Amino acid sequence: MPDIYIAAYDGSETSRRTVLFAAERAQLAQAQLHLVYILEWSPYSFLTQEELAERHQRRSQEISRATSSILEPMVQELTAAGHAVSSEVRYGNVAKTINEIVAEKGAKVVYVAKSNDTSFASRLLGSVPSMLIQIATVPVVVVP
Amino acid sequence: MNYLNLCKFLGAIFALFFVSLSAQASIDETINNAVAPIANAVSSVIFFSVPVGEAQLPLIVLWLIIAATVFTIYFGFIQFRVVGQALRLVRGVYSDPKDAGEVSHFQALATAVSGTVGLGNIAGVAVAVSIGGPGATFWMILAGLLGMASKFTECTLGVKYRNEYPDGSVSGGPMYYLSKGLALQNKAALGKFLAVFFAIACIFGSFGGGNMFQANQAFQQIVVVTGGASSFMADKGWLFGLILAVLTGAVIIGGIKSIARVTEKLVPFMAIWYLLSCLIIILLNYDKIAWAFNQIIDGAFTGAGATGGIIGALIQGFKRAAFSNEAGVGSASIAHSAVRTNEPATEGIVSTLEPFIDTVVICTMTALVIVITGSLTSGSGLTGVELTSHAFASAFSWFPYLLSVAVLLFAFSTMISWSYYGLKAWTYLVGEGKGKELIFKFVFLAFIVLGSSMSLGPVIDFSDAMIFAMSIANIIGLYMLMPVVKREVNQYLAKIKSGEIKRVR
Repeated sequence: MPDIYIAAYDGSETSRRTVLFAAERAQLAQAQLHLVYILEWSPYSFLTQEELAERHQRRSQEISRATSSILEPMVQELTAAGHAVSSEVRYGNVAKTINEIVAEKGAKVVYVAKSNDTSFASRLLGSVPSMLIQIATVPVVVVP
Repeated sequence: MNYLNLCKFLGAIFALFFVSLSAQASIDETINNAVAPIANAVSSVIFFSVPVGEAQLPLIVLWLIIAATVFTIYFGFIQFRVVGQALRLVRGVYSDPKDAGEVSHFQALATAVSGTVGLGNIAGVAVAVSIGGPGATFWMILAGLLGMASKFTECTLGVKYRNEYPDGSVSGGPMYYLSKGLALQNKAALGKFLAVFFAIACIFGSFGGGNMFQANQAFQQIVVVTGGASSFMADKGWLFGLILAVLTGAVIIGGIKSIARVTEKLVPFMAIWYLLSCLIIILLNYDKIAWAFNQIIDGAFTGAGATGGIIGALIQGFKRAAFSNEAGVGSASIAHSAVRTNEPATEGIVSTLEPFIDTVVICTMTALVIVITGSLTSGSGLTGVELTSHAFASAFSWFPYLLSVAVLLFAFSTMISWSYYGLKAWTYLVGEGKGKELIFKFVFLAFIVLGSSMSLGPVIDFSDAMIFAMSIANIIGLYMLMPVVKREVNQYLAKIKSGEIKRVR
């Protein structure tokens, strides 16, 4: 059973660099790479009546869009290049959910892109990588 | 954006129409005179009252209270047995992590609450204590506690018999459980009749309590804070209505979700803010807390300060509670039925919190503030939101301004919720379709203008009448379907007890 490396991917340029970097390390270590795409979601957010009624439908649409236009092209590209890759989409708090997947898969390491968000809010509340570093149970590699 | 332009255009036509009316009498007067007789006729039918002592007891209030009592006893005081379970469900203790991204119990509850927390909580309560005296508060709380059982019944059914369409969207509510639930008991024709009756009443209820009453009271409050009778706005209810109609139209027709989303997010904070202000006022008068409670208990059992004695206090308390938390009316089950759950009983259990938050907490706070500040004597002659505003002003002169913000937001969010309830009832009757939906939405907007132009009496009677009419069909159905609810909740609670349904955290 090969080691599992996790890389967070959301289709952005920085996350693409992260995944390519992670794929290289994984190949060197003969590890399996698992791409995760987390859709930010809180069960305590407020929705309007219409959003309530459409939620289930929207969720299916969001998941299929994330899978078909974000994750699958990346998986295909990496597979074609000879990497062993799997992927999944989940909803939740990004850092917490990545950490949950780490625990479920027994992953050895997580790769995330450095947050380019320098806004006041992210200073105050912390970015995804900084939160992940605080809560992660395995080493976290932050790729700039 | 085309819809928005269309909406602006129609707004302009409305404006022209109303301005041309104003040759002699003021526009507001004209509208009032034209509509009041119809409103009065409708409400006298629904509110057929029997005299009890000096007071008039509307049979419909009796209908709601009897139903709430029957459900409370039939389900063995369910609302008090499941408080802990309700809070655990809302916290997501039993939520499957795989369902992340679906509607959570918290979200269904929050949206339903922001639909019910409206001006009934601020203005309706003031009407209750101004007519029914301080004692009305006690009966209001009792009615709120009993109403939790009605809400439990209708929301469990709402989830159980909801329609899930192939595209993944969900429709639920009394229309569906009345027709589907009764069809399973071989009473399809009756079920269909009740569903249609409910849908018709719901459409008019959305025009009345869900719209005109809200617009009317929001306007009153704006007049009060901008200088009372001498205010620039004083006789321009139609103008206020028009502005509100354009804003509402931007959301429900223009599809400007951001406004709706902002309102939905602000309402919970406004509710918390409202409660805090009430607490501050109560604490400022801490020496009178015991006296106020005394007044409430005393009034409840002696009828002191009430028009029509004990019965008068009781009727007012029950009536306002029912109007505010809508338990037995069926409206909230439309919102609650969107939740993601395999167990219909879970949403019923969660929904019991709704009358509690709405009536037992928020309404009681309003009543306490009015009683404790002595506004019933110092503000005699005032009613509705003006009375609440008077009570708020007695603490800090600038509090009515903050109250106005709360009033506007509560009114707006309730109107948006009800436009949705009404629309669902409308599409249940006439079928879905862009054109059909637009017709309903424009009529809804017209009622906003009507509501803010009319005086309180006819508005409140009409809106009460329509909302209570919904409860006629709904409660007949609830009685027939309550064994189903009992089976649902018992098997659910058994699964919790046996550990078949486990906590996930």
